[in-house]
Amino acid sequence: MEAPVIHHGAMFDTNELVLNMGPQHPSTHGVLRVVLRLDGEKVVDADVVIGYLHRGIEKLSENRNWTQIILLTDRMDYVAAATNNVGYCETVEKLLSLEVPRRARYIRTILCELQRIASHCLWVGTHAMDIGAMTVFLYAFRERELILDLFEEMCGARLTYNSMRVGGLPQDIPPGWDKKVLEFCTIMAAKIDEYEELLTHNRIWLERTKGIGVISGQTATALGLSGPPLRGSGVAKDVRKDEPYAAYDEMQFDVPVGTAGDTYDRYLVRMEEFKQSLRIIRQATEGLPEGPIVGKVPRLIKPPAGETYHAIESPKGELGYFIVSDGKSTNPYRFRVRPPSFCNLQGLRTLIKGHLVADVVALIGSLDVVLGEVDR
Amino acid sequence: MAEAPAHAPKAAAPTGPPDPPPPAGVTAPAYIASLQAAVPGSVTKVSYWLGDWTLVVPAALILQAAQHLRDAADAAFDFCSDVTATDWPPRAEGRFDVIYCLYSTRHRHRVRLKVILGEQQPLASVTGVWPAANWLEREVYDMFGVGFTGHPDRRRILMPEDWQGFPQRKDYPLEGPGELLLENPLEWLKLRQSREQADIE
Repeated sequence: MEAPVIHHGAMFDTNELVLNMGPQHPSTHGVLRVVLRLDGEKVVDADVVIGYLHRGIEKLSENRNWTQIILLTDRMDYVAAATNNVGYCETVEKLLSLEVPRRARYIRTILCELQRIASHCLWVGTHAMDIGAMTVFLYAFRERELILDLFEEMCGARLTYNSMRVGGLPQDIPPGWDKKVLEFCTIMAAKIDEYEELLTHNRIWLERTKGIGVISGQTATALGLSGPPLRGSGVAKDVRKDEPYAAYDEMQFDVPVGTAGDTYDRYLVRMEEFKQSLRIIRQATEGLPEGPIVGKVPRLIKPPAGETYHAIESPKGELGYFIVSDGKSTNPYRFRVRPPSFCNLQGLRTLIKGHLVADVVALIGSLDVVLGEVDR
Repeated sequence: MAEAPAHAPKAAAPTGPPDPPPPAGVTAPAYIASLQAAVPGSVTKVSYWLGDWTLVVPAALILQAAQHLRDAADAAFDFCSDVTATDWPPRAEGRFDVIYCLYSTRHRHRVRLKVILGEQQPLASVTGVWPAANWLEREVYDMFGVGFTGHPDRRRILMPEDWQGFPQRKDYPLEGPGELLLENPLEWLKLRQSREQADIE
């Protein structure tokens, strides 16, 4: 009988291992595929593969009229659909040089901030669950439900709202809705403390997030990160402050920034944004002016020939629309979205180099990407 | 009945945005003059519409212009928010507009650079200046077929690797190419040409 061959050194094999993560992986929040090259448990390099949810919204929009596009924008960042609507409608209003009534701008601000809270609720729940804290998920989804109820009352839908029109809003707020919003603010303010109690000083949470995925402000800017991932690195870039849209120029709020630029600071920035959003909602609801909700919109929307870029601050970062009108047809000649998730996801490769496989899920969560928006 | 010319388009296709020059009362920001001084010939046209400044830059000078706009103290465009393109097939100067939307986190101002590019003409990648342009240029290549030179990772990004054609081009059908294009691109081209011919007749 032959003696078994023993490969000496097989235990200490230094070859790199290629590990395919996704596209069907629960912690990738959709259909993201990451091909990791590993040395032991350490990530040497990563290739981020996207495109699994590409529906050609840009091409489709170039063949729809200006009003029909609003509901397509819902399908991009589907956890903050109203924000997408606002961004698109404001870009078309800019093309048309259209004045939007003050009441409509206030309601837009309220809806945008409610969406920010809903989006951050989803983020804090799933991010914590990725890292292993199940309770936060249940808590955060309980509050997100309240926002969805408010939206359901406002525009009849719970996910894809189609809640804006060029020049204003499709309908005014239902009677008593503003009181419910203020009630929600009181409930939510207490619940944020609950999340913080569970996470902010939790030893496991600190170990898993502190010093993970550190990125300097300069690198983050060069990589095109925006929103909380950029502000977590200490760059106070917020479109709401820098180029105010809707009614943000009349609101008092602070832009929280981090210092270390790690996953924990990005977490702290978003937790502070919860509170700032509540502050804005309270101001806008209490100071809601009377008046019309739609401006002087032409019957046939046909902007003059030209091109423009308009950006707003979505919960994920800078959401920009670049729209070209040829002045002749009733559909845009070119419709381009600058999706914040796409540009933030680009930074993933830089962030995860040198970290452990387990940190990859923490970092994907920390960037807060929505694949519907990445692939469009 | 007069016969239409064989290749006349159905309706006159637009040949580019108007890009109006700044009106009399608007003064151009200082970085435009300093860019023109630092890189001679880098700005062939300055346009202002709805509060946005657009600079048309020749394709050969895009890297130098980008470098200057990032590093000069009065410009400091350190954030490349978007790179995209527009397709104007009948235009004589070149088919594509490649557009760079820039932002400065220090001065909080924006500018758009525009490069007019022919179909086969290569364009230097600005990934070395703004790493953010990496995926954005990949998307422009994927959707329009603009060939970037010096790009570290020139692959398709949203469409499958083996996809034929460039979906965002104006002559690409909305309903997609169907199976024929994927299997036999030459046959597909013949079929499309015969259909266009039928439309004209």
